[in-house]
Amino acid sequence: MPSDAVTAAAAGAQASDPPDIAGLPDIGRREAGGWLVPAAAAAVVAVLPFLVSPYAQDLIVRMAIVAIFALSLELLVGATGLVSLGHAAFLGIGAYAAVLGSGDSGAPLYVLLPLAVGGAALYAAFVGAFSLRTRGVYFIMVTLAFAQLAYFVVHDTKAGGGSDGIFLYVKPVLQVGGTTLLDLGERLHLYYAVLAALVGTYAFIALLLRSRFGHALDGIRVNEQRMRAAGFSTTPYKLAAFIVAGGLAGLAGFLLAVKDGAVNPELLSWHESGAVLLMLILGGIGSLRGAVIGAVAFTLLKELFQSEALVGPLASHWQLTLGLTIIAFVAALPRGLIGLGARLRGAARG
Amino acid sequence: MADALLQGKGLGKRFGGLAAVDAVSIELHVGQIHAVIGTNGAGKSTLVHMLSGEMAPSAGSVRFAGHDVTRWAQPRRARAGLGRSYQRTTIFPEFSALENCRLAAQARAPRPWAVWERAANDRAGIAEAARALDAAGLAGEAGRIAGTLSHGGKRQLEIAMCLATQPRALLLDEPLAGMGAEETGRMLALLDRLKATHAILLVEHDMDAVFRVADRITVMVDGQVIASDAPDVIRSDPAVQLAYLGDAHDEPASKP
Repeated sequence: MPSDAVTAAAAGAQASDPPDIAGLPDIGRREAGGWLVPAAAAAVVAVLPFLVSPYAQDLIVRMAIVAIFALSLELLVGATGLVSLGHAAFLGIGAYAAVLGSGDSGAPLYVLLPLAVGGAALYAAFVGAFSLRTRGVYFIMVTLAFAQLAYFVVHDTKAGGGSDGIFLYVKPVLQVGGTTLLDLGERLHLYYAVLAALVGTYAFIALLLRSRFGHALDGIRVNEQRMRAAGFSTTPYKLAAFIVAGGLAGLAGFLLAVKDGAVNPELLSWHESGAVLLMLILGGIGSLRGAVIGAVAFTLLKELFQSEALVGPLASHWQLTLGLTIIAFVAALPRGLIGLGARLRGAARG
Repeated sequence: MADALLQGKGLGKRFGGLAAVDAVSIELHVGQIHAVIGTNGAGKSTLVHMLSGEMAPSAGSVRFAGHDVTRWAQPRRARAGLGRSYQRTTIFPEFSALENCRLAAQARAPRPWAVWERAANDRAGIAEAARALDAAGLAGEAGRIAGTLSHGGKRQLEIAMCLATQPRALLLDEPLAGMGAEETGRMLALLDRLKATHAILLVEHDMDAVFRVADRITVMVDGQVIASDAPDVIRSDPAVQLAYLGDAHDEPASKP
């Protein structure tokens, strides 16, 4: 099938007609099944609340929020080639913005959500403006430094409750003309709001990646020098990706604060930044599905190794067991869990 | 002759105490291939970097199409019509040849905010890319993943990516490096076609090739220009023969 498309394109080019590249392998980001697989997965998750326990629902909500966080970093790492080790700062700022904006008496959703996303995006613009002057390992260290800066500001100031964190007293509500459309204090409302946020984030990033903007990010990742020689001012592109990624991380932070009803400085810590990078590696860098699968797998593994009922006294050493498991996964599947499917299909064929 | 399209005046670049390029002036005209030759370390690539905007000169100025572009960054110069190729092939190896050129063409119509539009539906860009591939002799390879092209094919693609940005001046840094005789012949024919509509700077080690296509040759030694004239004059210039040409021209520099 690809060879047909190639011949057709070649014939088109010779006839000086613009060839149709829809069927061509253009940038290697196409994933088997197109929209079908993620849409089917979302549909399954949508009916799960009728089948599983509240505990499982709670776990699914957590996984979905973490998946949004991982997707936001995938836009930087997988698409643009910017490895940030400070991404948790934006998660934390989104979460704190939601709680501090809510105060003692609460605030409507249409205020808190833009506040969380906008606050995170604003800090991303600030961090990006400085960190994008550096490259490679320096970029990693500068993003880490800015995240630590945010961590200590939150950790050491009274406004955010210091090291203990702070509670979200009133869950945000969306009301129109006296009727409550969405009450994030209700389990099912939160469940579907988080699912919608995940679907929206996934679709938005997928849309970005297939647009000219996304192709430009791909070009910057592969060969920034060539992009500049062609006439792209690459820094504004990278900054835009950094701000969008920060804003989406802020969305994840907002949802996490609403779900847990509390925030603490550990949300901004470098452990969280490292964990979300691990999720991408675990799932497979360069794939949106990989980011979601990595987030789900990481959260499940963490839950498993923290459960005393399942692993006994090892539960208190979950970091060790989780770490070893991830090392084993990465050694066995260097292209991540997403590479497993391709490998199985290959084995079935040949 | 008409005004130069690209003009470097008194260009100098110092790295600490070392003058890599010193007081070099050079002009490019449409319809002319201007070759720059010189031994390794003569400052040829540094000169190209200053003309393309990748390196700020320590002294001198660059004018392009009537503008003083000395302080313009490379992307801005590129959008104004200054294209360049690199000594080391710089393509997007994982994309198709067509997408390599379409992406280059996109620099002219970036529309980064139009996130609802598929890049794959960029008709104008695809048409421009197909034209560029055709001009560079790669019309049959549009769907090939660039990394799987032959070495010569990759060099042609690099030129095609340049052309896709619709440049008026081309700065080509050793486009023939590592090419066989047949590929070299094709590339020289391409340069000869392109010069009718482009001003071309050709940095090249292959002396046979340079004397076949160049309309003007500038010889650099230790960062300075020792001669700049028509090929016949350069060939018989005793200073050039002494400094550089003597050995290289006796044994034709065709590389494997």
